[in-house]
Amino acid sequence: MDNETLKARILSIVPDAQTEENKQYLTLVVPAAELHNLAEKLKNTQELSFDFLFCLSGVDYGKQLAVVYHLNSTTHKHAVVLKVKTDDRVNPAFDTVCDIWRTADFHERETYDMFGIRFNNHPDLRRIFLDEEWKGYPLRKDYVDEVNIVEF
Amino acid sequence: MTFNIYDFTSFNQWIDKGLNSIMSPTWALITEWVIIGVVFLLFYAVVGLFLVYAERKVCAFMQNRVGPNRVGPYGIFQTIADFIKLLMKELVYIKDSDKLLFNIAPFIVIIASFMALSAVPFAKGLHAIDFDIGILYVVAVSSLGVVGILLAGWSSNNKYSLIGAIRSGAQIVSYELSVGLSLLTIIVLAGTMQFSEIVEMQRNGWFIFKGHIPAVIAFVIFLIASTAETNRGPFDLAEAESELTAGFHTEYSGIKFAFFFLAEYMNMFLVASIAATVFWGGWMPFHISGWEGFNHIMDYIPPFVWYIGKTGFIIWLMMLFKWTFPRLRIDQLLTLEWKYLLPINLVNILVMAFLVLMHWHF
Amino acid sequence: MKEIINLPVSKIEEEEYHINMGPQHPSTHGVLRLVVSLQGEMVKSLKPHCGYIHRGIEKMCEKDTYPQLIHLTDRIDYLSAHINNHAVCLLVEKALEIEVPERVKYIRTIMDELARIQSHQLWWSSFGMDLGGLTCFFYGLRDREMILDIWEETTGSRFLQSYNCPGGVMQDLHPNFQKRVHAFIKTFKKKIKDYDRILSGNVIFEQRSQGVGMLSKEDAISYGVTGPSGRGSGWSCDIRKNEPYSMYGQVQFNEVLRYGCDTYSRYMVRMQEMHESMNIIEQLIDNIPAGDYSAKMKAVIKLPAGEYYQKVESARGELGLYVVSDGNKTPYRMKFRTPSFSNLSVLDHISRGMKIADLVAIGASLDLVIPDIDR
Repeated sequence: MDNETLKARILSIVPDAQTEENKQYLTLVVPAAELHNLAEKLKNTQELSFDFLFCLSGVDYGKQLAVVYHLNSTTHKHAVVLKVKTDDRVNPAFDTVCDIWRTADFHERETYDMFGIRFNNHPDLRRIFLDEEWKGYPLRKDYVDEVNIVEF
Repeated sequence: MTFNIYDFTSFNQWIDKGLNSIMSPTWALITEWVIIGVVFLLFYAVVGLFLVYAERKVCAFMQNRVGPNRVGPYGIFQTIADFIKLLMKELVYIKDSDKLLFNIAPFIVIIASFMALSAVPFAKGLHAIDFDIGILYVVAVSSLGVVGILLAGWSSNNKYSLIGAIRSGAQIVSYELSVGLSLLTIIVLAGTMQFSEIVEMQRNGWFIFKGHIPAVIAFVIFLIASTAETNRGPFDLAEAESELTAGFHTEYSGIKFAFFFLAEYMNMFLVASIAATVFWGGWMPFHISGWEGFNHIMDYIPPFVWYIGKTGFIIWLMMLFKWTFPRLRIDQLLTLEWKYLLPINLVNILVMAFLVLMHWHF
Repeated sequence: MKEIINLPVSKIEEEEYHINMGPQHPSTHGVLRLVVSLQGEMVKSLKPHCGYIHRGIEKMCEKDTYPQLIHLTDRIDYLSAHINNHAVCLLVEKALEIEVPERVKYIRTIMDELARIQSHQLWWSSFGMDLGGLTCFFYGLRDREMILDIWEETTGSRFLQSYNCPGGVMQDLHPNFQKRVHAFIKTFKKKIKDYDRILSGNVIFEQRSQGVGMLSKEDAISYGVTGPSGRGSGWSCDIRKNEPYSMYGQVQFNEVLRYGCDTYSRYMVRMQEMHESMNIIEQLIDNIPAGDYSAKMKAVIKLPAGEYYQKVESARGELGLYVVSDGNKTPYRMKFRTPSFSNLSVLDHISRGMKIADLVAIGASLDLVIPDIDR
């Protein structure tokens, strides 16, 4: 399926999705509430069948925190990028997709560890790389750590 | 003094007469016991040292390395240096362990192999005891070693030691059967359990050639089973646990660890010498009946050299196994014994018995 | 111990106990801690604890310029160091729309395949060692030395070369390069038959790896297990075939697929991949075109604002690089999608019901490199 058809299909599932400019993949920003529903449809619909989540990253856009999902279909060989953004920097939360793509389990834990983004209904949301008692979320842009980070 | 390198009986009798003429018979007996004990201890220590060095060299050559070559010419004093180091190590005491059992365990393993080694003939007349149930005695006594291993695992108060010890115990007890049955095959062929008679009967040909097919099968099974008995080679799940820890001797340090280590090599020596004696003729030179000239030349080589040569060859084979094959899992190990080796063994005994009855052996 | 003895028998069977493997452990290939919950000999579940070698590479990349951060990417998966560098260079070149000379593409592809072979050699050595065949360690590493010597002559460093740079490579090939690579391929083709004789055909090895750690194709896709581990389950995920880069579109090679889904299949995929890599090198080594070893690049590299993604096939699986750039000379956000991270997540799923000894074999067949997990 080419990008235009894909965009049309996804917009028909989630009319509020907005396109973002990207030369490589079709990128759509989806409202956080629609994420799980859309993800399920993307995986289970025959013509879409996005069964491989090949990258899940958190990004701190300065004011907003976002999670970026790169999806691929092993049968149809098309790819799409979904983004969910939130303005809430104190308690950001999205729905988990690890019941749809099992690889999201570890990736969401890493995003929580580095950005503090919580995932609702995650089976075991705890820090993965840092200690349990670590304060702060290192990959955020406003993270300050006099001990471990040396500013030039 | 008649010191005949080909026959030690006259030498033994000379010592005996000499001692009896100096002191009373009881004291002479006690002195003889002490002499034999000391000789055996020395032999044990020297062979242990040599085997550890040999293993490291064989392993190194297989792995495209050189092995120890710094301590002494060609590294021959390496093991002595290792033992001095182990002697000087601190003995770590475990808090909640059973002290008595913890301390006894290494000694039990050594005592078991010591007792078994005393029945094996090294040359004509050169053995400590010559029971008429020699083979039965050796099999019975060598199985006492498993008690030491279980005690070591239990008294260490350590999960991993216990797992290792129990696995080892199950393994040794299972493979005892195969060892015993393969020796039984030769007893059927020989008709006697006495070691010196078994060797004498191989004067005109070794049992492995006389008994052809069943004897070869018995030898192969004996080799596999005894490698498992001594926790060596592809059956070393209990001790070389790169999966968990060092198995049953995790908590032992210093000289006690050295005892376990030494006992393993002496056990290997023991099973190799039993195999050499029972299958390959012990100290008997290689004779082919009918070729008198050839036999005469073979006779010039002293029996002790024959014995050491055969034992050494089998030890070398066992070392090759260890460094080539990956390890078996515990359930595969036990499957091998109970589902494959045991039935083959039983059928083999029947075949050998049939052979003996029909006089189809050489 | 005493508490267990005093329990009634039915309760004893329910007792499961936890064993800790690592972080220092001969078989976990790095600092990884596995808390294994056992019932008798069977694994009921396992929890990996990562982070022992977490160095914050993604955060460091936000402060480094693009040529600088290539040195960091070496240390993510140190066995496919060259391939990691290649990923960064490809991303930068694609974003700036720079065409590199043909010679550079040939060199990069040959070096990639050498990296793949030496990574698989080390994997084979440690696989044999974990299962108890200690001699395998020495044989594999001895042959790997030939590749390290080749690299040392050309790039100056045996390991972690940082040879790639955006636009090309740091310096030209040494004149001896072709000769040495030919000598290596000739020797290794003979030696690899030894490897098959020691392990692949061995009954003990087959029994320990066949039927152990079954990973179905759907699970592999869902857990994101790419690379040889995924191809052992029949999933065709080779990026060199699906989205070719450098010279991979123009050489003939087969994607190695096996359908056994067990440890043995994953093992055989890697063994066969070594043959395929040698095949690729042979097609390229005699035809390296003359030319520049680097394209002309500006002194300061600034990627235009936007988001970029680059995939390469490292020795462990699909390495993905996700860069968010705001037009500066350092990336705004750089995310490494490393293959071992996803491969680790499937370890729990496939070792349930297996014995402890199998756990070691499964971990070795997934070929985890711990810095790749932790970054």
